[in-house]
Amino acid sequence: MAKAKTAPKAAPAATAAAKKTAARKAAAPKTAAQKAAGQKAAGQKTAGDEELVFTRPDSLVDRATHYCPGCHHGIAHRMVAELLDEMDLAGRTVAASSIGCSVFLYNYIKADTVESPHGRAPAVATGIKRARPDKFVFTYQGDGDLASIGMAEIMHAANRGERITVVFVNNTVYGMTGGQMAPTTLIGQKTTTCPGGRCKDNEGSPIRMAEIISQLGGTAFCARGSLDSVKNIRQAKKYMRQAFEAQTKGLGFGFVELLSGCPTNWRLSPVAANKRITDEMIPYFPLGVYKELEGDGTCGSLIAPGTASGGAGEGK
Amino acid sequence: MSRILVTEERCKGCLLCTTVCPVSIIRQSERINQQGYKVAEVGADDMGKCTGCTSCATICPDMAIEVWRSKKQKKVA
Repeated sequence: MAKAKTAPKAAPAATAAAKKTAARKAAAPKTAAQKAAGQKAAGQKTAGDEELVFTRPDSLVDRATHYCPGCHHGIAHRMVAELLDEMDLAGRTVAASSIGCSVFLYNYIKADTVESPHGRAPAVATGIKRARPDKFVFTYQGDGDLASIGMAEIMHAANRGERITVVFVNNTVYGMTGGQMAPTTLIGQKTTTCPGGRCKDNEGSPIRMAEIISQLGGTAFCARGSLDSVKNIRQAKKYMRQAFEAQTKGLGFGFVELLSGCPTNWRLSPVAANKRITDEMIPYFPLGVYKELEGDGTCGSLIAPGTASGGAGEGK
Repeated sequence: MSRILVTEERCKGCLLCTTVCPVSIIRQSERINQQGYKVAEVGADDMGKCTGCTSCATICPDMAIEVWRSKKQKKVA
């Protein structure tokens, strides 16, 4: 055989890394040398006959988060960071973060971040994108931020078709301030401001944001995913990728809603909180793509997939 | 052999990983980390059952799990 196969690099620095390995509890029956090789080889993602198939994306800062155990913000952060890496956006991204538990987004994602006033992230992102159209701009907002005080900004940003992407994390409560009722709180759900459970006659019905945004003219992609199971997380990442692509292709406004849990304010264990998403939230907030347009980004070229070409409208 | 590596100082003991493991080898340990959480672990006897499916790492909110998967053995002619 003439072709030289790339020999897997044996880690010569095994002794140096052995200390690190010793510090960790060696639960695996692997030899210290093999484990150390794995540690050292994190950059190259292969070591001997093993391959690192899941690790921290480069855009995610190696730091413990301030989120409660079982909080899904961490998963959403990771999905954003992975997509920034995979779509090669890491060096030219500007984020607009919100008020809420995700207020410290700038601590966790390696992107320049503007801290917006409560609910105004889409307005701030509009300014960023219009001033610097070459940048990738996304907002990361919770339901107390986006669906309540920020309703005007999100509606008009979507209607104008700003080339921004909105990541909307819906956990049905105001998490940071102690679990007050949010616009998305489900009927019957007990919060600190509706201790008897949300009553439809008094407080109205939970707002379905993805459905609302999908009806607006400038929206190019709108979907709702969930973070309660591995399958749904993987699907949600695909939705998020499409929402990012709506911006990178210049199609228009991208919106992805992520149903997530808040074990602390739901007074549930993390495992029970995930079950609640499956059993109670998903039936009310159906998952799926609500709007998806195709086009070349020029004015009036957007059409819904499958509709006859040549129409200047935006599909349905 | 596939295996997972739990970064114990990052684990918050939410145990979501234990619910998604297809071979149910992840469990709560008796060890408590610096933050006071009982961390997830895989017993030494069970690591050989790991399939490297990455389900636990996908659902982990704190990036506490790294997954190593053994490469498929290529047939040498």
